[in-house]
Amino acid sequence: MIGEDELQAFIDDRLDGERRAAVEAHLAANPALAQRVAAERRQRDELRAALQAKFDEPVPARLRIANLAAAQRAPRARLWTNIAAAVAIFAVGATTGWFAPQVVGGITPSPVATAPTVGVAQGATAAYRTFVVEVAHPVEVGVQQEQHLLQWLSKRLGRKLVAPDLSGFGYRLMGGRLLPGGSGAAAQLMYDDASGRRLTIYVRAADGTETAFRFQKEGDAATFAWIDQGFGFAVTATATREELLPIAEAVYRGFGS
Amino acid sequence: MADAEALLEPLIPALRRFAWALVRDHDAADDLVQDTLERALQRWGQRRPDGDLRAWLFTILRNLHVSALRQRQRRGPHVGIDDAAAPSVAARQDAGLEMQDMLAALDQLPEEQKSLLLLVGVEDLSYDDAAKVMGVPAGTVMSRLSRGRQRLRSILETGRTTLLRRVK
Repeated sequence: MIGEDELQAFIDDRLDGERRAAVEAHLAANPALAQRVAAERRQRDELRAALQAKFDEPVPARLRIANLAAAQRAPRARLWTNIAAAVAIFAVGATTGWFAPQVVGGITPSPVATAPTVGVAQGATAAYRTFVVEVAHPVEVGVQQEQHLLQWLSKRLGRKLVAPDLSGFGYRLMGGRLLPGGSGAAAQLMYDDASGRRLTIYVRAADGTETAFRFQKEGDAATFAWIDQGFGFAVTATATREELLPIAEAVYRGFGS
Repeated sequence: MADAEALLEPLIPALRRFAWALVRDHDAADDLVQDTLERALQRWGQRRPDGDLRAWLFTILRNLHVSALRQRQRRGPHVGIDDAAAPSVAARQDAGLEMQDMLAALDQLPEEQKSLLLLVGVEDLSYDDAAKVMGVPAGTVMSRLSRGRQRLRSILETGRTTLLRRVK
């Protein structure tokens, strides 16, 4: 006698030869049942086929074990580095006159939300999220054509664009791309480090001359954004604030010169 | 952690597939996989070395998913899976229609049946491992599998009949 459990095991191809033959004989004698079993088998194959493309996708960097493990080692030291970073940001603010408002977890209610740096930070974060996971075409023009890339982006931005050297932080330039940004164009430069972690610099025209340094964290993407002489700049990476701050300062200096 | 990396990395595509089939949103699925891997790394020392690593990871993932579902249910009015309107089949493009159909039909199953169909039918977990992931006896797995498959078939057949009628 063939039970329902055995039919299921037959659908899943998990019966040995003898039981399999018994089920086949039973099905041959019961066309209605055979039809049902055949349909459920087909269904199982269709379900697999429907999910195959997801299985074949490259794994995004944020799910790499090395990156996750590194992030887990960090919390031990985080309390003290947080305190140190808070002190450092205060010191930066005091000595340079930078004011560092924070937006934690996305958009905060106005009036803060109306600051031009918010728009820049949001544009940068959106562009980061879109292209940092991109495997096939992370950049439009690669670092092999760095000179062409910078000339082209400078022309479209209306401002001389440089690619700050971040090798001191382990990041090297991958290339860049042109994006829509605000009322004009935006440029994104992408860098990566030895572990494949990516960082972006985002530049676009923006109102205002303030040089406030704004920190924003959206999901795991951390951004420092500022405005300088009619342009908004943002540095975005999957990093802690204390990791990102010195990089943002280096980029600020790189563009200031 | 070097062994963790070597053992976990090859399993990530399957975890992403399972997560995406459950939540059907690419970012949310990767969030779920990330939470799963983080938890696995935190408890790496506590896992049973003889146990099946895959089954352990699927257990973590599914538990996270179920508790997120419960949280969502607590938060606001929730449309039960049985009450949810069938997705509009006619609105979809012809390309990949069967795949869309299949996933849309799968979405209409209760979570227990949906997870089980995926674990057994797609991820090829043994019935025993599937029982462990779901936290139910092996007998329950078999009856749930049977009910899930029949239900999926009836959803698909109704959906396809509807489509044929609309095309006419």
